[in-house]
Amino acid sequence: MTRTLRARQERAAWVFLGPALGLIAVFFLLPILAGLLLSLTDFDIYAISDPQSARFVGLRNYQQLLGGSEFWQALRNTLYFVGVGGPLTVAVSLGAALLLSAPRLRLRSLFRTIYFAPVVTTLVAVAIVWRYLYHPHYGLLNYWLGAIGLGPIDWLGDPRWAMPGIILLAVWKGFGYNMLIFVAGLQSIPEERYEAAAVDGASAWQRFRAVTLPGLGPVFLFIAVTTMIGYFQLFAEPYVMTQGGPLGATRSLVLFMYEEGFRWWRLGTAAAIAVLLLLITLVATLIQLRLQAGRR
Amino acid sequence: MRRRPQLALLCLLAAGLPGCGGEGDAVVLDFWAMGREGEVVSELVPAFEREHPGITVRVQQIPWSAAHEKLLTAHVGRATPDLAQLGNTWIAEFHALDALAPVPEDSAAFSPGAHFPGIWSTNVIAGRAFGVPWYVDTRLLFYRRDLLARAGYAEMPGDWRGWREALAAITASGGARHAILLPLNEWVVPVVLGLQAGSPLLGERGTRGAFADAPFRRGFDFYLELFRDGLAPLAGSQEIANIYQEFARGTFAMIVTGPWNLGEFRRRLPAELQDAWATAPLPGPSGPASGMSLAGGSSLAVFRDSPRQAEAWRFAAYLLRPDVQRRFYELTGDLPARREAWAVPALAADSLLQPFRIQLERVVATPKIPEWEQIAARVQHRTEAAVRGAMTADAALAALDADVDRILEKRRWLLARGLVPEGEGVSP
Repeated sequence: MTRTLRARQERAAWVFLGPALGLIAVFFLLPILAGLLLSLTDFDIYAISDPQSARFVGLRNYQQLLGGSEFWQALRNTLYFVGVGGPLTVAVSLGAALLLSAPRLRLRSLFRTIYFAPVVTTLVAVAIVWRYLYHPHYGLLNYWLGAIGLGPIDWLGDPRWAMPGIILLAVWKGFGYNMLIFVAGLQSIPEERYEAAAVDGASAWQRFRAVTLPGLGPVFLFIAVTTMIGYFQLFAEPYVMTQGGPLGATRSLVLFMYEEGFRWWRLGTAAAIAVLLLLITLVATLIQLRLQAGRR
Repeated sequence: MRRRPQLALLCLLAAGLPGCGGEGDAVVLDFWAMGREGEVVSELVPAFEREHPGITVRVQQIPWSAAHEKLLTAHVGRATPDLAQLGNTWIAEFHALDALAPVPEDSAAFSPGAHFPGIWSTNVIAGRAFGVPWYVDTRLLFYRRDLLARAGYAEMPGDWRGWREALAAITASGGARHAILLPLNEWVVPVVLGLQAGSPLLGERGTRGAFADAPFRRGFDFYLELFRDGLAPLAGSQEIANIYQEFARGTFAMIVTGPWNLGEFRRRLPAELQDAWATAPLPGPSGPASGMSLAGGSSLAVFRDSPRQAEAWRFAAYLLRPDVQRRFYELTGDLPARREAWAVPALAADSLLQPFRIQLERVVATPKIPEWEQIAARVQHRTEAAVRGAMTADAALAALDADVDRILEKRRWLLARGLVPEGEGVSP
């Protein structure tokens, strides 16, 4: 009796799950599989006209990518962006969230809107304004640097400064989103804990360390993982600001993939980059989850 | 020809119904044109339709930024138009895709002699033309005559040595911060200098790079010296936010650019500078005759899938008629491809255009293989590395040849099996 009930329940479960699993299979698993297969061929512009001319090349695309300098440069650039830009965004958004949650703040919703505005602004329009901010001769940024006695920086033209320039823009553009999540996280920390800590004589910094940070734990994890995954996909900022230059200093993995795939139509290589990017993101996420789990 | 608008609207709504396709069994040609050309070409269509009552032309305007991708997807999806404007460096690629119909050889408008030889040759692959030049462009010097005069030069020298001396004199006289702007994110000037020095760019029938060989190296060294001597700034074009402003300010005294900037310079430079700038053909290593430049512009190409090829070529021939070419020049400022059209006073008397006329007789096509754009991007990348000192000239050119050999691996494989027609290096 129980057995047939279980079998029926199981069947019902499959029926309910079916549509979702079907969609995932068609729109998620199949494309991944197709991409994997594509990455083992040299599908290119010639193959578009004559599919016969596509060759199965095994792992050669991977060999060439890993053996050449372009992939590693793109990976270094991406890691630089993730490693510096990621923590910076999290720190800035946490700082902004703390300011917004200060009890004595007036015009709270106005500030929230202002900080959030860059998130919903079109990047292309933003890029035009920022290109002027970064202008080596008349840029506002260099004007300010000059005011405190620092020499002009060729922000987007110097291979050493182009990536910091992109990071600055990305942080400004993106911190508002994480800030809202942090604000929500801060509101969920019970007020009594702060009161208790204050009664025990904890300073503001101690309260932040002992109450706020642990209270934000899950939010932190969520933001760290989504920010990291999002930052691994860096594309639009260098695409509109620098086209990957100067000297490839801002060419990210996704921009590299786009150029290989849709500028040069080397779809096999582009697919191989996509697979590598997937693996890298997966590994980085696992490491992060492990670290966060270990800390608790 | 006037139709009642209501009727036209009704027909538009019922476009799918038989009997409502316009004028009975008229042939409807689909023509894709890009950017500004796409905007104005419809003004030339009514006269053609009056002359050919059986043919209607439907112009579709496509932005340049999306044009290449749109044409490619149209080809894959078997939805190409009857004819289209193609950048003449795209011909090889669309020919490799087997998308284009050859040009009929029996029309006067399509005879090679009616065109500038270098421009015409961009359309020819393995001896057959797959497009006809519609308008032409090439790069030459735009310069500040006043700053050159201040440096002691009445006119632009015609050879490399004189050119470099003039550039040095301009910086020495303090007229301009930099003598010339050569944006580091562009490949045109290093390629042009290599061509001028006699490099074929590619060797072994267009299957290997020839960049480390002596001729290209000569042009490359000349280019690097311009930066090393401080005559050109270490800058990409994104960093020069507004080239017109900077040209007017004297941030640089020369720039290598194309005819689209004639109108821009006239419009955007302040009135007091309008007499102070001029154009000149590019200098060459051994005098003006060796001062080659690139054959640019757009061609008209008919697609192989079109069932209306004869009518499409008739429309192309109409667009190439000297009077129509002149009208097109008035509408767009695009330089006419037909040499006859240059005889009109508006063009012949324009002192800014005459250097173009001269330069157009000295243009060469870049290698006609689908991989060229990709190779050009590598040229830019390696050149920038050498200019910025990240690599020595030797290492940069060796690495460039290695890049190119890798890019052309597929082509060598296809050639060995006879799956593609033989490509050409640079046509002399």
